[in-house]
This record gives sequence, structure tokens and C-alpha cells, in this order.
Amino acid sequence: MAAAKPKPIARLFAGHAGPVAVLGLALVALWYAGAVWLNADLQIDAFARAGTDWNFTDLVAGTWAQERPLLPAPHQVLAELWRTTVETGIASKRSLVFHGWVTLSSTLLGFAAGALLGILLAVGIVHVRVLEKSLMPWIIASQTIPILAVAPMVIVVLGAIGLKGLVPKSVISTYLCFFPVAIGMVKGLRAPDLLQLDLMRTYSASARQTFFYLRWPTSLPFLFAGLKVAISISLVGAIIAELPTGAQAGLGARLLAGSYYGQTIQIWSALVAAALMAALLVALMGAIERQVARLMGARS
Amino acid sequence: MAAKVVDIAGLSLTFETKDGPVYALSNVDLTIRRGEFVSFIGPSGCGKTTLLRVIADLEKSTGGSIAVNGLSPEEARLQRAYGYVFQAPALYPWRNIERNVTLPLEIMGMPKAERQARAKKYLELVNLGGFERKFPWQLSGGMQQRASIARALSFEPDLLLMDEPFGALDEIVRDHLNEQLLRLWDKTEKTVVFVTHSIPEAVFLSSKIVVMSPRPGRIIDVIETDFPRGRGLDIRETPEFLKIAHRVREGLRAGHAYED
Repeated sequence: MAAAKPKPIARLFAGHAGPVAVLGLALVALWYAGAVWLNADLQIDAFARAGTDWNFTDLVAGTWAQERPLLPAPHQVLAELWRTTVETGIASKRSLVFHGWVTLSSTLLGFAAGALLGILLAVGIVHVRVLEKSLMPWIIASQTIPILAVAPMVIVVLGAIGLKGLVPKSVISTYLCFFPVAIGMVKGLRAPDLLQLDLMRTYSASARQTFFYLRWPTSLPFLFAGLKVAISISLVGAIIAELPTGAQAGLGARLLAGSYYGQTIQIWSALVAAALMAALLVALMGAIERQVARLMGARS
Repeated sequence: MAAKVVDIAGLSLTFETKDGPVYALSNVDLTIRRGEFVSFIGPSGCGKTTLLRVIADLEKSTGGSIAVNGLSPEEARLQRAYGYVFQAPALYPWRNIERNVTLPLEIMGMPKAERQARAKKYLELVNLGGFERKFPWQLSGGMQQRASIARALSFEPDLLLMDEPFGALDEIVRDHLNEQLLRLWDKTEKTVVFVTHSIPEAVFLSSKIVVMSPRPGRIIDVIETDFPRGRGLDIRETPEFLKIAHRVREGLRAGHAYED
């Protein structure tokens, strides 16, 4: 007996697309409602100052079209995103593509350095007992320091020794993102079970061979879990690093400039751009992870 | 007389634990000669696996003497004197069956063409020809264990150490693999040391049965058998077989009575 073909709507909800779309729509509706609620006072003042009569429809339309709203409506943010990405040349200082690239380049550089540092620390910790005792507390302590407090000092100190621009910013990213990689990899490199380690011993495999034939492949799922967290916080680190010195370029600079001049729409468009960028980066890591898993014979 | 492969005298192994010492092995004497098929049988906790692990240098003895091929177990291990088959197949899930079988060869630095030839040869020997490109999860438990035997054979050690290799398999598969293993032993003339807690398995396979007893782990009987080399499973119905099985069972029972 052939199974009944699922109805289109049921099929939509069998995957990810349906639930995600519904949640997205609900959030957009909530956002519009929030914009009305938060911007209403400003709008009522504006109507009073202009001396115009207004009804509820005017109020709603007004709250969704203010120049500097407390909470801009989604379509205002989208329009700003469109204007600053598509309609503005990417070399322009007003282009979000330009600012996004500045932040992305420092995110990627910081991420690469952080991932490498995390892996090297984990390899050291797993193979040298002294390192585990001496390094681990420092690694954990490093993450208890609020990054917002450390970032300006790092930028200023590195600036004083002649490092400006990309490198100091990516240092902040590195500082944040080595941690999840190191913690994940320590666990991953210790994940082979005793039987698999005994097997290597019966072959008189060297520590180096045990690492490359057994520990490294076993640790890859842990590595990717760490990398996915790391790449998103690397972006956070890059944005934070752009704040303290009033950087001239980057999504962080856009946020800062927006808040100086009360340009809430600009702030929100930078935020949305950052969120989209983070989502894309994590999705990219996920795609690489799936590809690696496929090559390693995972069941599909 | 054939050369001594394993020579153990007065061997003991004591684990120091918080609750005091645990005597895993006590005063074990045993000689295994080239070409023998020796089974260690006994209830859990009798030290049969520990004894095998001492031979393999996966555990260190705390007293007595042991020589493997006339060397210390560590020297023998470093010379890759034995292939070890564990209770579980312990195949690496990210390697296909061929690359699992060639793993020890890669570690030993054998050229690729030769590795592949070896994999083909030994996979065919365990009836897994044609499964080279499959990944472990695509194989049944019995097939995985056969692949792990091919892996242990691939670097052609003269000594095969097997720790309850068929313990997790159902009886039908186990009978079948027992027959295959016996034929393999006959064909390759290797020395096999085999840990089991199944009396029929031990009697069917072995040329020498070592009956062990727990607390402290020790040998209570050593039984030599002389069934024909090309024997089939039907031998299990013969009076000689039942007689030896009875003697093994008596030995195991005596070991237990010591407890009560």
C-alpha cells in the first residue's frame, strides 16, 4: 500500500522552512506592534506641535515613518539596508558593504588566529601534563575578564607600539574565540576510548601517529562545535574592538556613529547586517562540517 | 618440540586499590609453543583477559617472569610480534573497511600498493572480499569482527591474541566464525591465544585449554586435546568432545567451590 502523499502545507512543516517562516512572521508582527507602542509618545508630541488632528490610523502610520524613531519599523531598516548596500557605491564611507567588509576581514583574521591558538593549546594540554595544570586556570580566567574593559587597553597598547587598524581588532577576536576551540579540542582529543588507544599501543604507534591516526579524526566533531561558536563571537569581538577608539570604519563604527547622532535606523541596519553576517558565517561552518563528515563516511 | 612462544613462570599481578590490593593473577605458570591454539577459560574476574593483556604488554606484571619470543613483553610489542583482537571490533568509523585493515600497515610504513594487496588477501581470507569500500556502520557485528581479525592478520604476526572476540555475537554467527577461525589457524599455522567463557567454544577450537579461577586469578587445570585439525562443528556430538567439556566444567566448578 502506497503511503498517502502529504499535503503541501504538511510537507512544508515537515522540514525546517515552515516553522522558521512562521516564527519569523510572528517576530516581524511583534516588531511592528512594538514600534507603534514605543514610538507613540513621540508621534503624539509631533502631532500636537504641528497642531494637526489625528486618528489611530494616522498614529500607526506616523510611528512607522519617523526619521529618528525609538524603534524603527522593519521596512525602514530594510530600506536603509537597501540604500546603503545596493544604491551606494561600495567604496563610499556610507556603504554598509564597505563597513561590513572592514569588520568581516578582522573577524576572519581573528578567527583564523584564534582557531589555531585554540588547537595548539589543546594539543599541548592533552600531551603535556604540566601544561594542563599551568594553562587551564589561566585559560578559564581569561574569559572571566569583561572584554569591553580589556578591548580599549589592548587597542591603545598595540597602537602605542605601532600596530593599528586590522591587527589590534583581530587580536580582540582571537582573545574571545580561542576559548571555545581550546575547550572543545581538549575534550575531543581525549575522546578516543581506551580500546582504540590500546589498539594503537599494540601497533607500537608513536605519540605522533596516535595523534594523526586517532586523536585528530576523533576530535573533529568537537572542533566544529567549537569553531561554530568561535566564528560568531569572533564577529562580536571585531565589533567591540571598533567601539572604544571611535574607529572610522566597520559595523561597530556605524553603531557608534548612529548612537552619537540618534540615527536609530542606522544602528538597526548595522545590527541586522551583523546578525546576517553571523548567520552566514555559522551556516558556512556548518556546510564545511557536513562536507568533512561526508568524506569521513558518516551516515547520511 | 616446537619453540616456546610464551613462557610464564610464577607470574603475579596485584592492583593496588583504595580498598587494598586486588590479586588479579597469582603464581601463574604456562608455556605456549609455536603452532598451538590455547584457550583461557574461566568465570569473569578470573584474570584471563588480564593474563592476555600481560602477554600483550597492555598490563605490567608485578611478580614472576614472562617471555614472549624469548623477549620481554615490551620488546616483543615494539617488534610487533602479535596481532590483538579485542572484544569489540574497534574499527575506526571514519575509515572504510580496506583502510581499517591497512591501518597497522600504514603505521608500519608499508607502501600503498602492498598495503592494498594485503587488505585484499586478508579480507578474502575472512570472507569479506568486495567490502573494501564499505564503512563499518554498513556491516553487521559479525562482519565487523571479521574485519578486525583481518586487520590483526594484515601485518602477518606469528602470534594472534584474541580477547573474547565472538562474545558479543549470537550463537549461529559464533559457530560459523569458530569454524572459519579454525580453518584459518590450520592454513596459517599461527599460534593463537584465545580468551573465552564458553566451554564448547574452548573445547572445539583449542589444542590446549587453560582453566582459570578467580580471587586470586590462577590456573587450576591445563587440558591438552588432540582432535583432528580439519574438524567440523559435528565433533561437538562425539564422546571425546563431551568428556573434555566435562573435565573443563569440573575444573570451573572446583574453582568456584574454593570460594564458598
